[in-house]
Amino acid sequence: MIQPSLLHVLQPKWRTALQRLREERASGGTSKLVVLILVGGAFWALVFWILYRILKGLRAAQELGPLIPGKMLGLILLSFVSILILSNVITALSSFFLAKDLDLLVSAPVDWLRLYLAKLGETLLHSSWMVALMAMPILTAYGVVFKGGILFAPYAILAVIPMLILPAVVGSAVTLILVNIFPARRTRDLLSIIALGAAGGVILLFRLIRPEQLARPEGFRNLLDFVILLRGPTSPFLPSEWTSQAIMGFLRHEFDPLPLILLWSTAAAFVTFGALLHRALYPQGFTKAQEGAERFVRGVFWRWTVGSLLGWLPVAKREFVLKDIKLFFRDTTQWSQLILLAVLVVVYLFNIQALPLHRGEPVGFFYVNLVSFLNLGLAGFVLASIAARFIFPAVSLEGRQMWLLRSSPLDLRALLWSKYWVGTIPLLILGLILTGLTNALLQVTPFMMILSLATMTAITLAISAMALAFGTLYPQFETENAAQIPTSFGGLVFMMATIALLAAVLIVLSRAVYTYVRSAWEGQAIGVTAEMVAWFVVAAALCAAATTIPLRLALQKMQTFEF
Amino acid sequence: MIRLENLTKLYGSFVAVDDITLHVPRGVLYGCLGPNGAGKTTTLRMIAGILRPSQGRVLLGGDDVQKNPLAAKMRLGFIPDRPFVYDKLTGAEFLRFVAGLYGQQGDVVERRVAELLEVFELTSWKDELIEAYSHGMRQKLIISSALIHRPDCIVVDEPMVGLDPKAARLLKDIFRQFVHRGGTVLMSTHTLEVAEAMCDQIAIIQHGKIVAAGTVGDVRRQHQAGDASLEELFLKLTGGAQVRELIEVLGGGA
Repeated sequence: MIQPSLLHVLQPKWRTALQRLREERASGGTSKLVVLILVGGAFWALVFWILYRILKGLRAAQELGPLIPGKMLGLILLSFVSILILSNVITALSSFFLAKDLDLLVSAPVDWLRLYLAKLGETLLHSSWMVALMAMPILTAYGVVFKGGILFAPYAILAVIPMLILPAVVGSAVTLILVNIFPARRTRDLLSIIALGAAGGVILLFRLIRPEQLARPEGFRNLLDFVILLRGPTSPFLPSEWTSQAIMGFLRHEFDPLPLILLWSTAAAFVTFGALLHRALYPQGFTKAQEGAERFVRGVFWRWTVGSLLGWLPVAKREFVLKDIKLFFRDTTQWSQLILLAVLVVVYLFNIQALPLHRGEPVGFFYVNLVSFLNLGLAGFVLASIAARFIFPAVSLEGRQMWLLRSSPLDLRALLWSKYWVGTIPLLILGLILTGLTNALLQVTPFMMILSLATMTAITLAISAMALAFGTLYPQFETENAAQIPTSFGGLVFMMATIALLAAVLIVLSRAVYTYVRSAWEGQAIGVTAEMVAWFVVAAALCAAATTIPLRLALQKMQTFEF
Repeated sequence: MIRLENLTKLYGSFVAVDDITLHVPRGVLYGCLGPNGAGKTTTLRMIAGILRPSQGRVLLGGDDVQKNPLAAKMRLGFIPDRPFVYDKLTGAEFLRFVAGLYGQQGDVVERRVAELLEVFELTSWKDELIEAYSHGMRQKLIISSALIHRPDCIVVDEPMVGLDPKAARLLKDIFRQFVHRGGTVLMSTHTLEVAEAMCDQIAIIQHGKIVAAGTVGDVRRQHQAGDASLEELFLKLTGGAQVRELIEVLGGGA
């Protein structure tokens, strides 16, 4: 029997993607495209510019030549490979075992190799596109600074592709083995926890080994030690190191085919072994993945705790809040992200604590206030990212159940209210902890502490409202994967709007803080002046507007939803 | 009880529902029949307040679904054709949640939940997450959820899909009793035997318009169909020629 081509097996995927593009264009997608190109272009330009400056500076250090840039590229690519393995493990689970098209493909007379290659390709594409996009400005900066010439671009692509293939094969194989070992649906839960725990571990480890030491040669006993460290490969058996060697060899004009041969031959061997493993284990694993979950839940815990606490609320609101909390904590892919969040908070505080601010110099006071103030922006940005992950998808996730909500006498305001507070309260607690602890570590004055906490409260209320509103204005009801919702166009617009709000609030408040710091600096009596109060009022008004207007727009939009 | 006045739904230039006017009185089980894509589901979803009509209005017990949605929806129990529910809730939690949406709580709800789960033979599954339920069990759960607040009228889209014969029979009995006690049921179905056996009145929809309405006897008389079965009548009104062609195609190789 003639087997269908790979392209044919993947046809539903690429045809769907093309159709989506057509629909976007038909519904006035040009402006979206312009925004995406502008934001993407600005981001690339920024990454390129930063790296260009660093590499240019490093290249000037004659003794070390391209050693530090080589080491840096090795580290960047190593972090890419770690991210890729994790994301491939998670993506492989949905593309190989949970995707909707699998019933059709598995029941059709498509041979195992085509199925494997098609699904591997899908996994590779889904998990690697972001890393590939990120690598472009980085490698371009290397090419420009080291004058790689026009041939550098195709050469870099040749060196990077196998580095993307290898984690895809490894990730798919790990998933295949796990699905075969653990009871069906538990694998999904287990994977989320393992992957996020590992991601948290990598971040923590990366932070604790302090890669910035590389940029401080004075920390080493002598130059020789430093050069030895730089000459040694970061991890000689990892593809990231081979890619780094291949690229740096080309840029140093010392072409050595060995790293490229290693990369491509290993990739070919891995794909072969991956395919064999797939042939041996996939049928059994796929069967296991179809088995239903057997989980009895009494659910009395939430009813007794949160349910009793919210006893004063109208029953519809209370049941809605309870439902949202239960759904969150029963979905491992959702709550396990809290692990990563906890690690990020620790790293955040660790970084603040590591700042060399309290060394007794008189400038300390100025810098402490500056850091405390700028920290508001940074913490706001962190909260916005978290809101994008947890609050932004809230309305989209109701999509399939919207028949129930719309046909019941539930007031949409109650729905919005529940979603808002279920998201806002944890976010607010986190925001206050981040700001409070940071300020305590910085030993700021009570004025700055109160200012920071009040600002953080107002900003958090606004960020939550904006996340919910933009999620409602740009809903993704048909998505298969909830994790993809925040990376949609609406998610991007939300992040841009939040950054604009943060900037506006900080600019307004900076006037008040400047007055305060100047008075303290000049040894004058510190008091809250009328001018400062005026700036506080403006900032509060900004936050209030950013809270109420988006929520109103969201309600209006929700009333027009059709299913 | 259910009144549709000049109800129209447009998707761009496509007319899905075309100026339908219909009255379903209290105590009647009314069937909406029609081929695929005729506009039945769109009509039912407009009655449930999920879709907004392009023109016209829907009244439930005198309340306009668009202008006074909360009062209108309090009277309604809606059962969709696709059983999408929250996978991570248990059956009992889902029913409690739906009761909460209708403002009901306390022991009354607990008793009603137990009663409905018992009737639909889901009691042993009540503490299990819905993600483990079969299609038919989900359908039974959704039917229970539509009954939990004791509605005045039930709007149901393809009620028998996914149900085993026992559950299908149970549902027929429930609907008959519901109507007998003064409730109103409006259902769409493809199963003509079900419609013929259960419905007091029917409407046949084709291309978004009602092409025939009344009791089966009325429709026969209107279209001079003698004592033709509902199936023959349906095919006559909705393009039976295509069915004959289909039979020829399928039987071509025999």
